[in-house]
Amino acid sequence: MTAMQLRHAGENAILISFANEAGDEPAGPREAAQVRAAVEGARIALQDDLIDLVPSYASLLVIYDGLRTDHFSVSRRLHALQPAIAEAIAAEGGREIVLPVYYSAESGADLERLARESGLSIEEVIALHSAAEYTVYAIGFAPGFAYLGHVDPRIAAPRLATPRKRVPRGAVAIADRQTAVYPAVSPGGWNLIGNCPQRLFDPEQTPPMPVAVGDRVRFEPIDRQRFLALGGELP
Amino acid sequence: MSLRIRQPGVLSLLQDRGRFGQHHLGLTTGGPMDLEAFLLCQRLLGNSADCTLLECSFGGLEVEVNIDTLLCVTGADAPLLINGKPADLWTTHRVREGDRVQLGHPQQGCRNYLGVVDGFQVAPQFGSTATVLREGIGGLRGEKLAPDDVLPCRSDTQRPRLRLPPAERPHYAGQLTVRVVPGYQQQHFDRLQQRRFYSAAWSVSQRADRMGYRLEGPVIRCDIAGIVSEGICLGAIQVPADGQPIVLLNDRQTIGGYPKLGSAISIDASRMSQLRPGGTVHFAAVSPHAAHNALHMHHWRLQHLPLQPLPEE
Repeated sequence: MTAMQLRHAGENAILISFANEAGDEPAGPREAAQVRAAVEGARIALQDDLIDLVPSYASLLVIYDGLRTDHFSVSRRLHALQPAIAEAIAAEGGREIVLPVYYSAESGADLERLARESGLSIEEVIALHSAAEYTVYAIGFAPGFAYLGHVDPRIAAPRLATPRKRVPRGAVAIADRQTAVYPAVSPGGWNLIGNCPQRLFDPEQTPPMPVAVGDRVRFEPIDRQRFLALGGELP
Repeated sequence: MSLRIRQPGVLSLLQDRGRFGQHHLGLTTGGPMDLEAFLLCQRLLGNSADCTLLECSFGGLEVEVNIDTLLCVTGADAPLLINGKPADLWTTHRVREGDRVQLGHPQQGCRNYLGVVDGFQVAPQFGSTATVLREGIGGLRGEKLAPDDVLPCRSDTQRPRLRLPPAERPHYAGQLTVRVVPGYQQQHFDRLQQRRFYSAAWSVSQRADRMGYRLEGPVIRCDIAGIVSEGICLGAIQVPADGQPIVLLNDRQTIGGYPKLGSAISIDASRMSQLRPGGTVHFAAVSPHAAHNALHMHHWRLQHLPLQPLPEE
């Protein structure tokens, strides 16, 4: 089957998009595996002609050096990746990362409301959020902000009508069926259910982020004491 | 061995060529909004294209020189004074310890590049010194320059003084035609909407900044509200629900979900960034081949423009 399409995105950019088989969701584990395979393939195929790659849900934007090569050459080299990408399957590649989370009303301002509106107890919300394995579909919005999917439909919740001016660093949040950890203090409209004491983006560290697109993430509930011991901060 | 900021003006940022290869972390490119004026400043100084210069938007900069070196300002037509005496842009000047350099407010264009030999010596972050305020990364402390900031640099007494011949200097008019490579989502804009987009005189909004230039004009309708978020390249023209296009520039977010009409070519995105709010933009579609050729011709010109030697002051 034809798994991918190449499209002109700009003077030195080609977008590889993948057929979306994930129903109503923006992408599923199969698309994530294909994006991951395309990232690796494009790096090798383009070498020094490559300027940057932007992996996202069901696409990869390839930005190349227009002074060294051209869209014909790049298209030809990306097309050649098709067989390898078509074979990429969800279970392959991607590391598994466990992130500790202190779920509570004091660390997650929307936890009680989300439970009430979902018709669940707080314990059930925590159990559902921490039971699933999530895939990293995209990184963007802010440095280190990883979009993870998909939360159980029972705890899916729309974005706040009015975004908060200040969401604390480490806030664990839900928007529709996506979840994320805010890597730094920022404005934000997602529903906050807890806080992760582990830094998700630290310019001083190598690598600066513990996760990459295509990795799999699980959340492990921790108590207040452990949260503080790991360097967590409460508002 | 430095320049010291006395007044930073409206917005002064340290920029090298930009931060590349870091989009997977969600880090944007940054770098000079007007790459042409930036690269010509480097060439006049005999620098490599990657040196760190100061980008001053809308003027009002004042610096004190604590070193002997060559200094050059390119870009918008802001009046330049060295020790109170008018000095030419697009020209290198020998400056000495104790000199004072002032850059007034431009009438045409809005961005200037001030450089010294080998650029300013600051530590790169993620491979670049480019300052991106939204990310708090690059430059000094990830912030815009402030009074008393010290910009370390090297002394030089060897490099020749040069100037760009006046006939070769860019003119920053209040209007510009921006060439666009149409994108695949163009199909979501019907023929009437496309004709509207390519025939309107767009006005640069007050909300035009390093992230993107918002334009005001007729409402452009799209038959979809959004797309699954995907990577965004320099110059991408997205149309949010209000129907007013935004041309995304150096500090753009790396992914986004608004439908896009296409992408401005980089040369014209550079030129557009010299437009001030109220400036006029027209769009013209070009093929990817024409865009590629334009890039090469432009690059060749920047590399080979003759520079005139000047006598020592």
